[in-house]
Amino acid sequence: MVDESRKGKEKEGEPVSIPSLLSLLSGVEKLEFCNFSMKIGDLEFWIPTGSFPVSTCAPAQEKTKPHALIPQTFSPPHEEFTGRIHEVTLGATRSEGGSRGKSLVIGGADAPPFVYTNKPPAHPPVFALDVFDMEVPLPKVLKSGLGDVMGDPAEWARLNVKKFGADMVSIHLMSTDPLIRDTSPADAARTVEDVLQAVDVPLIIGGCGDPHKDAEVFTKVAEVAAGERVLLNSVTLDMTQAKTLEGVAMAAKKYGHAVLGFTGLELNKAKELNRRLYEYLPPESIVMDLTTVALGYGLEYSFTIHERARYAALMGDTELQHPTISASTNAWAAREAWMQMDAQYGPRELRGPLWETLNALTLLFAGIDLFMMMHPAAIRTLKDTVQMLMQQDAALPDQIAHWATMKI
Amino acid sequence: MPGIEPKKTIKEISPIDVYKLLPKTNCRECGEANCMAFATRVVNGELSIENCPPLANEEYRSSYEKLLHLMAPPVRMVVVGTGDHAIRIGGKYVLFRHDFTYHNPTPIAIDVTDDLPEEERAARVKLICEFSYNYIGRDLHVDAIAVRSTQHDPTAFASAVNAVANKTDLPLILCTYDPVIMAAGIAHVKDRRPLLYAATRDNWKEMAELAILYNCPLVVSAPQDISLLRSLTKTLVDYGVSDLVLDPGTAMEPNLATTIHNFSQVRRAVFQEHDELLGFPLLGTPITAWFSQEISPNVLQWKEACMASMLISRYADLLILHSLEGWVLLPQLIWRFNIYTDPRKPVSVDSGVRIFGSPTRTSPVLITTNYALTYFTVESDIKSANIDCYLIVVDTGGISVESAVAGRYLTAESMAHALRDYNIADMVDHRYLIVPGLAARLSGDTEEASGWHVIVGPKDSSGIAGLLKARWPPKEQ
Repeated sequence: MVDESRKGKEKEGEPVSIPSLLSLLSGVEKLEFCNFSMKIGDLEFWIPTGSFPVSTCAPAQEKTKPHALIPQTFSPPHEEFTGRIHEVTLGATRSEGGSRGKSLVIGGADAPPFVYTNKPPAHPPVFALDVFDMEVPLPKVLKSGLGDVMGDPAEWARLNVKKFGADMVSIHLMSTDPLIRDTSPADAARTVEDVLQAVDVPLIIGGCGDPHKDAEVFTKVAEVAAGERVLLNSVTLDMTQAKTLEGVAMAAKKYGHAVLGFTGLELNKAKELNRRLYEYLPPESIVMDLTTVALGYGLEYSFTIHERARYAALMGDTELQHPTISASTNAWAAREAWMQMDAQYGPRELRGPLWETLNALTLLFAGIDLFMMMHPAAIRTLKDTVQMLMQQDAALPDQIAHWATMKI
Repeated sequence: MPGIEPKKTIKEISPIDVYKLLPKTNCRECGEANCMAFATRVVNGELSIENCPPLANEEYRSSYEKLLHLMAPPVRMVVVGTGDHAIRIGGKYVLFRHDFTYHNPTPIAIDVTDDLPEEERAARVKLICEFSYNYIGRDLHVDAIAVRSTQHDPTAFASAVNAVANKTDLPLILCTYDPVIMAAGIAHVKDRRPLLYAATRDNWKEMAELAILYNCPLVVSAPQDISLLRSLTKTLVDYGVSDLVLDPGTAMEPNLATTIHNFSQVRRAVFQEHDELLGFPLLGTPITAWFSQEISPNVLQWKEACMASMLISRYADLLILHSLEGWVLLPQLIWRFNIYTDPRKPVSVDSGVRIFGSPTRTSPVLITTNYALTYFTVESDIKSANIDCYLIVVDTGGISVESAVAGRYLTAESMAHALRDYNIADMVDHRYLIVPGLAARLSGDTEEASGWHVIVGPKDSSGIAGLLKARWPPKEQ
């Protein structure tokens, strides 16, 4: 305390100069300030160095070290999304005008996939298995599980549904390709009718990629499958150039089908195609294929474009608010999936199906609503995973919580 | 804090923001033309401020610190190990890859337990160190070893850590919940900056003391309890440990949903809500797939592979696995390589003619697209088979063969033009062009447009060597 007797010697309210302050304080050991304020910039700290090691883990002041856990809370981030993905119905039951056992709805997402416990997907992703309308070269690992159904699309479809649990069947009318067999739209329509007879799940009808031929085939198929609400795979900007898009879109509308718009890893193209399609079809009839590239061959481009598309859609871009599809079968384009490799990389019987599985799992997290797949183990893993991702978890088992010291 | 401007995101930081804090002397010690060029590359994430040597001078100390703060990623970067093998984890600037690019590819660590007989342990360490795969000209490999104490014995752990450390330079992760065992292990590797696993609700103070004493990064483990994770982080930061790694708990089955939700929410809290207590690298432990009722090793490996891949996509900055099987590791190494490439970089290579080996006037001429992955795959196959040849790279706008054919970016005309524009006829005496198998449908038209004979190559470039063996030199037609 400053000695009271000295205080009066200074004029009340006048600032005290530093030298006089020092002289005032001579002999005083302890000082208490009243009504005191100063700016941080006025202060100079002297911090001794060398007495403790310099480290990236800067030691906090000894006296402020906590002695007990400082409790904190957490609540999930509040994210608001204005956009919502359109719901697209695939397949139609008798009462809906078709002959399917049940119809499926895809889309409806209003939040990023698998982030918030209280915002599960409006409709879980759906899984289709592929069928080709002719003998096709397939990796050995895929072929070996098929038995003798190759070349018999109806039988193949039945196997996919009955044995492998496919929600849908995706027929690829490859033989219609003018450069392969150039089979007629009527032949293609017969194949589709056979498959419609063989299974009662919704169908995806794949063309050959030729904008003229596909238009003819799709128009015919749309007619014979009237009311079944198939997904026509696919309509493209090439069709606008070939002036065949309108015909296909009108046929889809007339006979009650949905279309899959295919574009190559370019969102502006996808939006352009959708704008064209809106002229003929309601948004609830449009699904997008933004291109699936194999793991190792550019999956990252597919992953990123799907994340961008979905995020933009949720943020309100109305031209991208459509469910998306992924041809995870494309994973088999990667040599690491099908090739016999050095023993250290394991058997292709495991490597190949895992390749397809991981391709699909990756895109599942980018928001894909419908997968076209090939290997039974891949579709089973994806279905199991989706189921686990949508369930309510109990407490974590103790041995997982304390994995670090558990024996395997 | 009042008075401090809210921190800019990486997308908001302009080169001017960085330039203002640089010495502005254009000394070119960094190798750039001037300070503005340097600032631009820093903002693009291509250079760090440490690449400016003068900034280390005392006179720039305050600028340097401001720059450090300005450029600090919302997810802190933590270094594990030392020297050439050190791994950097975290250091993330964005939630979405497409918003910038992801930095510091997720290192993959494989576990070694202290109950293994010496020979088995040595063999496992050797396998871990030697596993590699050449992917488009780059060697991919495993990055670290996690030594786990399953014997619950300080001596056993210390001897295992010592033995592993003597066999490898890879960074180490020391795994035990017992500070006494940790201290015993760390004593053998105190100069190697191992990552310590883990501080928990029960041992955080002792683990913090070890982390401070040995200057090691520390994992915070709060299995599927983000509130606890935040409590521990807050406490440890206040205690003086700032190089933290967060383990929110990984479980494949059951509790996959919670695992994925938690990883996602932790990272989103950092970027959407600026939660500094969660702004640390995330550790994923797919190894937990092994602690289930399942007994078939292949099924366990399969599940572990799925978990690892999902976590690479969902923000894990470091992974610990048990499987050493190539079919499990290969897709992980490739996927983490891929997802950490820069999405802003063009996906194409320059078009033109590439010369391999010492081609003569009778050497084959091949053609492919300028999609980077297509090109590098073809290049690596030609090189590994020691083929002397010319490879024409056509500009397809960076699209792969199959899509380029479908989208008409690769046509008979574009191939004929390339043959003409690059004067291939002057380089070889023959007139045979080998086209990709996936462009087979263009062969007739290409012969017509170019006047060259077309040989349809394999669908996958791994078959080029075999094709040439069977079909080259071509029989006269």
